[in-house]
Amino acid sequence: MPADHIERLRREGRIVIVGASLAGLRAAETLRAEGFAGDLTLIGDEPHEPYDRPPLSKSALLGVASPLRTQLPRRREIDAKWRLGVAATGLDLAAKRVRLADGDEVEYDRLLIATGVRARPWFKEEEARLDGVCVLRTREDAADLARRLRAGPRRVFVIGAGFAGSEVASACREMGLPVSMAERAGAPLVGALGGVVGSVAADLATEHGVDLRTHVTVTALEGDTVGRVRAVHLSDESVVEADVVVVSLGSLRNTEWLTGSGLGAGPRGVACDAGCRAFDFRGIVTDDVFVAGDVARSPHALFGYQFLSLEHWGNAVAQAETAAHNMICDGADRRPHLWMPAFWSSMFGVNIKSVGVPPMGEQLMITQGSLAERRFVGVYGHQGRIVAAVTFDNARWLEFYQRQIERGAPFPVEFPTLDRRPEGRQPVPAGFPDPSLPTHGPMVTLSGYSPADQQLVFHPSRH
Amino acid sequence: MPHASLARRITDFGNRANPYPLYAELRRTPVLHEEEDGPYLISSYYDIEALLHDPRISSDATNLAAAGADGPGGPEETGGLPPSFLRLDPPEHDRLRRIANTGFGPPHRPRRIEGMRGAMREIVTELIDGFGDARRVDLVDQFAYPFPVTVICRLLGVPREDEPTFRTWVDPLVASLDPEKRPGGGQEAEYRQSAQEARMRLGMYLSGLVEERAREPRDDLLSDLVNSRGPDGAMTMMEVLSTSVLLLIAGHETTVNLITNGMLTLLRHPEVLGRLRADPGLSVPVVEELLRYEPPVQLVPQRTCITDIEVRGVTIPKGSRIWLMLAAGNRDPERFEDPDRFDPDRRDIRHLGFGSGIHSCFGAPLARLETQIALSELARRLENPRLVEDPPPYRENAVLRGPRHLDVAFDGLR
Repeated sequence: MPADHIERLRREGRIVIVGASLAGLRAAETLRAEGFAGDLTLIGDEPHEPYDRPPLSKSALLGVASPLRTQLPRRREIDAKWRLGVAATGLDLAAKRVRLADGDEVEYDRLLIATGVRARPWFKEEEARLDGVCVLRTREDAADLARRLRAGPRRVFVIGAGFAGSEVASACREMGLPVSMAERAGAPLVGALGGVVGSVAADLATEHGVDLRTHVTVTALEGDTVGRVRAVHLSDESVVEADVVVVSLGSLRNTEWLTGSGLGAGPRGVACDAGCRAFDFRGIVTDDVFVAGDVARSPHALFGYQFLSLEHWGNAVAQAETAAHNMICDGADRRPHLWMPAFWSSMFGVNIKSVGVPPMGEQLMITQGSLAERRFVGVYGHQGRIVAAVTFDNARWLEFYQRQIERGAPFPVEFPTLDRRPEGRQPVPAGFPDPSLPTHGPMVTLSGYSPADQQLVFHPSRH
Repeated sequence: MPHASLARRITDFGNRANPYPLYAELRRTPVLHEEEDGPYLISSYYDIEALLHDPRISSDATNLAAAGADGPGGPEETGGLPPSFLRLDPPEHDRLRRIANTGFGPPHRPRRIEGMRGAMREIVTELIDGFGDARRVDLVDQFAYPFPVTVICRLLGVPREDEPTFRTWVDPLVASLDPEKRPGGGQEAEYRQSAQEARMRLGMYLSGLVEERAREPRDDLLSDLVNSRGPDGAMTMMEVLSTSVLLLIAGHETTVNLITNGMLTLLRHPEVLGRLRADPGLSVPVVEELLRYEPPVQLVPQRTCITDIEVRGVTIPKGSRIWLMLAAGNRDPERFEDPDRFDPDRRDIRHLGFGSGIHSCFGAPLARLETQIALSELARRLENPRLVEDPPPYRENAVLRGPRHLDVAFDGLR
């Protein structure tokens, strides 16, 4: 009677979504759109209704948009019980209950985990508490940082030159603020796009007046007598005076509340199958617990079934829609989450977009435009096929390359293209760091999952 | 013409009023190649969309000429002017389009178009007031043509009173876009001659204005074009001229058809017209659906491939001409549900009306706003409007398709 069971679930079942951000909201909307008529509960630890984050590191810092007004547009009524400002603290898989921080418990027939990630804090707690040491993840973070930038600090110091860090540095320069940025790798964006493209990002930052320091790590943050940050100490023994420090070292997945639940959850996220069904710690798929968004890790058929966890806006939406659909469907009606990884960023007046999984690529070819002009299309190859592409101010071509990835097109790229320059005729090593070294928050985690791997030690001073 | 090729039947004037059944026939062979030297016609939405983003497809005037797409009679290679960015590939295309854009849109002039809203409304009001006591007007001559011409003249900084003069040059240029008038389409020498002459004269006319603006800049696009000194450097005088010719022509010839096709469609769908009358905000989705349902640019004939490419299992050899049949793609049932239905409530409406990719319509924000204002005001002010003739007489052009006249009867003005 599985069909009856699903019918009853759709009519009068109880669905709980933990995580009230982009993925949680879109999942709720999809459930209702697909005819779920039962009880729907959304649990979120932040006091706000779901809001959008991409503006927080861009227009919100510049004061163009208010960080407090980035509510996500609603696609439809969801008629849900909202439990906002209260975190989920535990999960009882057998009893099908979520425990909340206020002691309450919520029962479910189907659960969606969409708890996302949080900013990785500065690793020395005492220093992290200094006034002026910021992270950027939530709307309060953005409001606080925007206020500090508007106050005209003498110097801003950004720790970590990934996308978020570089966007902050770019906003600072646009506001005319002196800014330094430290990166353990040899250039910005190296973890996400490799050293060749990273060196273009380095030139961009430097030419826009960023004091870029590479191959260094921050060893200590120094405060003054009243507890305000005043200087940053670096591994090359240099000291930089700064009164705002932005810690931009990637993110941590919000999975602690699942500890001991029996779910295959750890620091790298919650593992799930391509249909968004969570695995338990034995690697066996559950049938009533689903995962979506930044916290999920799922195998992707196009990329050798590697478990990808993607902190991408579009992925959160697509995965939430798939998870929601599958939650109220049976076997054959379920569909896989086959989203093509894609992200965008803008910094120093340049629009950067990417599709596929660049860090998987060993080699890179510039198939259109030129690195020197900072307008180009770069294609990443892995074992004879195209696995990713990145564009700097050339996004309108990206769709073509996405199709090449989908079709497993061969690499190196042999065919001629418009605006192909001599430099793009041969592949070059893409320049990704040794994957065994920790990086400052790459956009994509590629290593295999092991349930025993419950510890992730962060080594900020390692070279 | 029982044995005529499908391409010829599509460009044949006799089928202008309703080419959509031909497009449906066309989609049955998504990659159609009928004659040895003829073009490859691409008619499915997804294929067109893909080719518009394909870096192996060139719009370069010299590649086109080599493919025979746009022989020496084409409007872009003549008149002593270099090709406009419409007929160039990157990086030249990108440079010229970026410079042109600094005077037109974000990030440099984000409010330039939006800032014309008030002026556009005034022009529309004046034109409708000008119908006076008439109870019947030709909407093309009395409204849909003069409105965008006035707007583009104001935007560029071209004196509106010169319109009768430059119109005599614009008409043969636009006519030469029609594949029927191309080499192989007959009448070639004559059209080549007149298009060449027209482009030269239009260029000479504009050069006078451009020189004035170089000396004494004003708040208009010609001044911005000639005085641009951004990171991309300046345009040469010849580049300024070919860009201005392009903007002047493309800036109104397409909008005329969009407005006219729009009013025709609304008169055929009185319930939508009624809703628009009650809610001018509906003009936004109405215009988007129009761009899908009756796009002013029906096909893009100026593409050629720089290497062998495969589309749906068909190999198109290097150097072949490709026609992207936008209007056929817009009604592809593989992409749009019930595609032949005019439905402004459609939610998923990523049409090909403005093309896509690097050559996607430069003037799209302008055309959208003009048409939104034009249609909502016509809907609001004409009392009980009706079509006098259905179908109306069409202009000849198969590329820029629209009625030549649109007689509308009404009971009065509100």
